[in-house]
Amino acid sequence: MVYEPVSRSGADDDPDVAVVPLPSGSVLAGEYPDKDPWSEGQHAPAIGPWRLAGRRLRRNKTALIFLGLFLVLVAMCLLAPFYSNNIAQIGPNTNNVTGTINVRGHSENVVSLDGVPIGPTFTRHYFFGADTNGRDLAVRLLYGGRTSLLIGGIATIIIIVFGTLVGLLSGYLRGPVDAVLRWLMELVWSFPPVILGVVVGTALAFGGIGPIKGNSIFIPTLIIGGIYVPYLGKPIRGEVLRLREQDFVDAARVVGISPWRIMTSEILPNAMSTITVFVPIMLANCILLEAYLSFLGAGVQAPNASWGTLISDGLPYISTTPTFSLIPGAMLVLTVLSINVVGDGVRDALDPRAQVRIKT
Amino acid sequence: MGRFIVRRSLSALALLFATSFLVFSFFELIPNYNPARAIAGRNANQTTVDQVAKKFDLDKPFYVQYLNTMKLIFTGQVIDYQNDLNVVDQFRQRFPVTLSLVVPAAVIWLTVSMLLGSISALRVGRLTDRAVMVGAIIGVSVPIFLLAALLLYLFAYKWSIFPNTGYTHFGDSPTQWAYHLILPWISIAVLSIGFYSRVLRSNLLDTVNQDYVRTARAKGLSSRRVFRRYVLRNSLMPIVTLFGLDFALLLGGAALVTETVFNLPGIGQFEASAIGNLDVPPILVGAIFTAFFVVVFSAITDVLYAVLDPRVRLTG
Amino acid sequence: MAAERLLEVDELQVSFVTEDGVVKAVDGVSFTLDRGEVVAIVGESGSGKSVTAMTLMGLTRGPNARFAGSAKLKGEELVTASEDKLQKVRGEEIAMIFQDPISSLSPVHRIGDQIVEQIRTHEKISKAAALDRTVQLMERVGIPRAAERARAYPHEFSGGMRQRAMIAMALSLSPSVLIADEPTTALDVTIQAQILEEMRQLSRESDSGVIFVTHDLGVVADIADRIVVMYSGRVVEQGTLNEIFYDPQHPYTWGLLGSVTRMDREPPHRLPAIPGQPPSLVNAPTGCHFRPRCPHAFDKCGEVPPLESHVNDDPSHLDRCWLDVDDKRKRREVEDGRIGLGTGSVAA
Repeated sequence: MVYEPVSRSGADDDPDVAVVPLPSGSVLAGEYPDKDPWSEGQHAPAIGPWRLAGRRLRRNKTALIFLGLFLVLVAMCLLAPFYSNNIAQIGPNTNNVTGTINVRGHSENVVSLDGVPIGPTFTRHYFFGADTNGRDLAVRLLYGGRTSLLIGGIATIIIIVFGTLVGLLSGYLRGPVDAVLRWLMELVWSFPPVILGVVVGTALAFGGIGPIKGNSIFIPTLIIGGIYVPYLGKPIRGEVLRLREQDFVDAARVVGISPWRIMTSEILPNAMSTITVFVPIMLANCILLEAYLSFLGAGVQAPNASWGTLISDGLPYISTTPTFSLIPGAMLVLTVLSINVVGDGVRDALDPRAQVRIKT
Repeated sequence: MGRFIVRRSLSALALLFATSFLVFSFFELIPNYNPARAIAGRNANQTTVDQVAKKFDLDKPFYVQYLNTMKLIFTGQVIDYQNDLNVVDQFRQRFPVTLSLVVPAAVIWLTVSMLLGSISALRVGRLTDRAVMVGAIIGVSVPIFLLAALLLYLFAYKWSIFPNTGYTHFGDSPTQWAYHLILPWISIAVLSIGFYSRVLRSNLLDTVNQDYVRTARAKGLSSRRVFRRYVLRNSLMPIVTLFGLDFALLLGGAALVTETVFNLPGIGQFEASAIGNLDVPPILVGAIFTAFFVVVFSAITDVLYAVLDPRVRLTG
Repeated sequence: MAAERLLEVDELQVSFVTEDGVVKAVDGVSFTLDRGEVVAIVGESGSGKSVTAMTLMGLTRGPNARFAGSAKLKGEELVTASEDKLQKVRGEEIAMIFQDPISSLSPVHRIGDQIVEQIRTHEKISKAAALDRTVQLMERVGIPRAAERARAYPHEFSGGMRQRAMIAMALSLSPSVLIADEPTTALDVTIQAQILEEMRQLSRESDSGVIFVTHDLGVVADIADRIVVMYSGRVVEQGTLNEIFYDPQHPYTWGLLGSVTRMDREPPHRLPAIPGQPPSLVNAPTGCHFRPRCPHAFDKCGEVPPLESHVNDDPSHLDRCWLDVDDKRKRREVEDGRIGLGTGSVAA
């Protein structure tokens, strides 16, 4: 029997030349018409880590559900003015102690004669009821959420931008820059966030800072952002320290690329997964810290409201009307919970761990 | 070891000094803040304000004020602006309350997190694990003041199982003491349990994939022994560091929210009202107090780490 | 005098369920090990050699692992044995030396304590007696000042010393079977030779059977009695040392041998390598797994070749290739009688 070898191109006469066998197709395709035998054994095409992470995240139903929930909550809060103007037809700060509304047929006092406000009506007016000043709680809830989310979101952006910057500069440049930045970070990091926030918050609520007035929501935003910068800056610095020892950085340096270019186009992309993992964590922490500060009176100031201030306002009535505090509380918890679940999902997608069972 | 202690003590002193200086100067920097006027009240006339200023040396230059205040603090004579109380005395009186709050809460949260984290890792992927993780993630998402308010409402008002607020000294009645503190303990513990059990679970799952764990199994050790001696031991080390810092901060008064909601006369409550009034002396003493604990506990955790992990050498 | 048959592995299969699909890591491996023998399992990364070795000790068990076939230690089945049974066997009957001693030894326990633990897990003797034995063992494997060094931690040892400590630990209970998974790969070349020599001596002395897993044919030539060549989860050839080195029957083996630089020959212009890469274990080729890279492949290779004896019906020399024996001999000669993968053309 003669076996026909598969033909190939290349230098057949030089035995030392390694030749990559090309698929001939003809002989074998004839016998197995449905399969290209050379495609078997192929590894799946390589995809980048981000697409891989995206795929894993999409498979994570729980994370997706909570992401949806979070987006719904955000949308609701951002649409607060719409709700206020068109549905409830009352502003968040409009007192209405003496007014009456029409609930399911009969007319009721918004605030009864002995000072008890109306409970949840689950209609367009006073959906969650009123407070002792006759204000619509649902409207205040949405406006409060808007404030809380705005502050949390902008503070997070501040943290990401400055934390990354500080981490990059500190970790890459080292020397005196690193010494100063590190010292600053340690300083801020050593104070418990709540206490630091309350001190600075109360102080600045007095007289504002520069052109920003004392009761602007930028003050808590800046404070929260500033407090948490080291919480991102330190890990990024560590990551940068690790990355700068790698060969590809040496290669870039040897070619003569400027330090700034190296930081932004070599090191930064490699630190992106660490940064991405921190975004949801920071967002959750910022929203929580704002709630703490506002609850203690050092965050959002009147006439603005946030979930924290609403909970604080409702605390004296906890024994009689717990909903004053608990409804904003529930919204707060749901929002932070959603962010945390999505954050877990993102972390798992970027760095999954093989599940191994420990036996006992 | 001796060198370690000396170096640590020196850097501790430096830190305490730096902290006090920074906190003090912060209040100098606040724009539109006139402490004399704030103390005297909004409607006071200028004479009163001047008197107040004289009383608290607020008209002297900055460094003089600072040195005087530090001297008063260390001789135990510093007085707060608002209520004319001796700050150091207040701290001394209130510390046992904070201690009663923080120490049992810490014991609870440590034991429960260790248990939950271990169980979760041992049954990873199964129902128990998922349930624990759900609980943990909710625990981390609830701010302490909200949990405190909820517990207060449910257990103190609606169902009247626990008393509303207030504190009973241990000496007077141990049962009442515990009875009043259970809800506050739970408030503090829940958040930390959520956090620490997740951290432990994560560490355990990482450690279990290590080569030396595989070797231990290859030696024929029982799974229980492998877990205890190799997996658990290595996973606990990062937690030691975290716990040291958390505990130090709490002792220094970071539990002020809990103390406020439950009306416990501890350090945190004192600090909270001082902060609200921008009353500098208590804030200053509080900062130094906290920094002191942070220093002590970080030294303790460093030593503990060196004991647990022979690869680590004690450095200053 | 027939040596005692220690291990009998028959059509062992190990698969792992992963998010990308089912990985068939070991696809029908069979071999035997007798007392006093050194069997080398040779293959590149992904060949399944380590998984095979670890499965013998039950170290690959997990929620995602699936097993088939059998592996018998002195007649007792290991693949389906209970965890309790396996715990008794590990360390006492079968012991393993791992590749990277720094990560394979616990960093927070003393070396002596780790060896003592091995001993006391299976034997009821006092700590002091176990420690004595440990020190003796450490001396035997060539660790100087053993009594002192037993109190040291792994990071205080050099690489070679650590590996010797692991060997001491593995031999502490005089196991019948010693599995060494690339024990010298993580060591300096100079130390490699020393460790190999020690291992050879020790195994002769203790009369255990040794399974030596490696990718390095040079190491194999030094110590193996029999060789099992694995590729992509299957055994492609097995035989005695001489049979494999002087009369290899499978093109993959030719490729392996051809890529070893030999001191007794002129260096080639370019180092010959086997072109291509090992196939995906999730999407394995039908028929012979080596087909995509084999210059000698032809139509029959679409069917899985059985592992059979083709050389004078010698039962110990088996291979998995459809080529005719004479054809093989012609195709594998590259130049001057040198063996290599070849290009598919038949030498005159």
